[in-house]
Amino acid sequence: MANTQELQDIVIQVRRDILRMVHKVNSGHPGGSLGCTEFFVALYHEIMDLKDGFDMDGKDEDLFFLSNGHISPVFYSVLARKGYFPVEELNTFRLIDSRLQGHPTTHEGLPGVRVASGSLGQGMSVAIGAALAKKLNGDDHLVYSLHGDGELQEGQNWEAIMYAAGNNVDNLIATIDLNGQQIDGATKDVLPLGDVAEKFRVFGWDVLEIENGNDLAQVIAGLNEAKNRTGKGKPVCVVMTTMMGNGVDFMMHTHAWHGKAPNDEQLETALAQNPETLGDY
Amino acid sequence: MTKYTDQGKQDTRSGFGAGMTELGRTNPNVVALCADLVGSLKIQTFIDENPERFFQVGIAEANMMGIAAGLTIGGKIPFTGTFANFSTGRVYDQIRQSIAYSDKNVKICASHAGITLGEDGATHQILEDIGLMKMLPGMTVINPCDFNQTKAATLAIAEHHGPVYLRFGRPKVANFTPVDQKFEIGKALLLNEGKDVTIIATGHLVWQSLIAAENLENQGISAEVINIHTIKPLDDKAILDSVKKTGCVVTAEEHNFLGGLGESVSRVLASHYPTPQEFVATQDTFGESGTPDQLMDKYGLNNKAIESAVLKVLKRK
Repeated sequence: MANTQELQDIVIQVRRDILRMVHKVNSGHPGGSLGCTEFFVALYHEIMDLKDGFDMDGKDEDLFFLSNGHISPVFYSVLARKGYFPVEELNTFRLIDSRLQGHPTTHEGLPGVRVASGSLGQGMSVAIGAALAKKLNGDDHLVYSLHGDGELQEGQNWEAIMYAAGNNVDNLIATIDLNGQQIDGATKDVLPLGDVAEKFRVFGWDVLEIENGNDLAQVIAGLNEAKNRTGKGKPVCVVMTTMMGNGVDFMMHTHAWHGKAPNDEQLETALAQNPETLGDY
Repeated sequence: MTKYTDQGKQDTRSGFGAGMTELGRTNPNVVALCADLVGSLKIQTFIDENPERFFQVGIAEANMMGIAAGLTIGGKIPFTGTFANFSTGRVYDQIRQSIAYSDKNVKICASHAGITLGEDGATHQILEDIGLMKMLPGMTVINPCDFNQTKAATLAIAEHHGPVYLRFGRPKVANFTPVDQKFEIGKALLLNEGKDVTIIATGHLVWQSLIAAENLENQGISAEVINIHTIKPLDDKAILDSVKKTGCVVTAEEHNFLGGLGESVSRVLASHYPTPQEFVATQDTFGESGTPDQLMDKYGLNNKAIESAVLKVLKRK
């Protein structure tokens, strides 16, 4: 188990990676990536039981599926920093001939990715399938997934939510990134989601909430509690409130940085707020 | 040349069900999913014998495709089951991203394909599915012609790694291929040798092509009949070898002429051996309610339509 300072150092470095990746190619999604940085670092460095190396089947280890694939920068940075592939490869994000496609894919064989995502609303179904395979294989490891809140507007999610509860898929922990923002504005204005936690509850899930998903200690405590609730007949949902653009003052409290890269000056400001810890790639 | 005879009418979907029953007994990695159409897909025996390997997903096809993709992670070989319409158009993006682009070993098994679905009408009669599926990179597309071939195809795709679209139908039709005929994905079958015209057929139109060939023989026209069960990858060589001999071709399929087998054949011929071709297929139209036989007649999908097309294409040689 890493100590809090070590994890915090990784968080800062991952933020730098995200900012530098999207700046270099002047495209990508920094807002949601920054909002979920603590979650990814906690998940990969503290919560999940992972084997060394990568194989597609992922037997005898926990699995993670990113449904809102547009936050690929944080996913790639955390995978690289965890050792799935060289951190230098982050330099190739969104470039031609890269394994680091705009949205995550298995097609180029990037270690750590088990399904393509980006077209929204599909990840929970895939995670359920992987969880069912684990049950068939007698593998008591868990399956984790992450979903954007705006993404819940896609109907397939509700098919999956209904299925998981109806079939006691209790080795699944689905986390909802509740940042209240989507491309066209606030979710409450674009298409109100209502009470997300209550919706999952009435569908039959065991739901817990993380009030501040950008507080590493809260995220770790919340995910550990979620783990404790698995294996009890219900799928587990973590509704995690985050701040899009967290860690960069001018990217917070707005949806403006959902899919926009900082310019040179903005990058400099943003990086100054997150001084190098583990070393830039 | 073997003379094919009808061993008794059976539905191709029952061939699928028989294949699933056998796979349930022989391949422990095979799992089945169904979107509330167990009876239609004929998989009750598989379910009875392997309840832990069956997933009833309800009327939620998008979720079914995603769950199937996820089940492959961990080594399962999922077979999804619903009507062809709901197996393709309804869930195209799920298949595209979670299965095809992700190279997942999912077998998309689609019953009630085409116009012979019959009385339910055009809402359920998909005539575009071959086109939709063959356009997906990496997707194998198979459309067997009778009970025996559908069973053989079902067994064969379990041994093939990668996404597959297996298309079969509802009505009882002639079962004429030998029960022990080898099914090789991507390999055409020469059913009747001829020298004047090549008839290339898939699915329910294969038996109709054999009837047409016999009738044409009585008129002094020697028709070669090739059964293409795998539309993708297409057996280019078998097509070219035959057409170089006969010099003209009729393609026959229960599908729109846009996007179907005929267009795939045209592409091969245009690239390698430009040849007059006529298309027995639906002409960019939706279907309607009726009995399968009435519909096949009205939409020009039977032996009579094939014979007319042969007479027409012979004049273009």
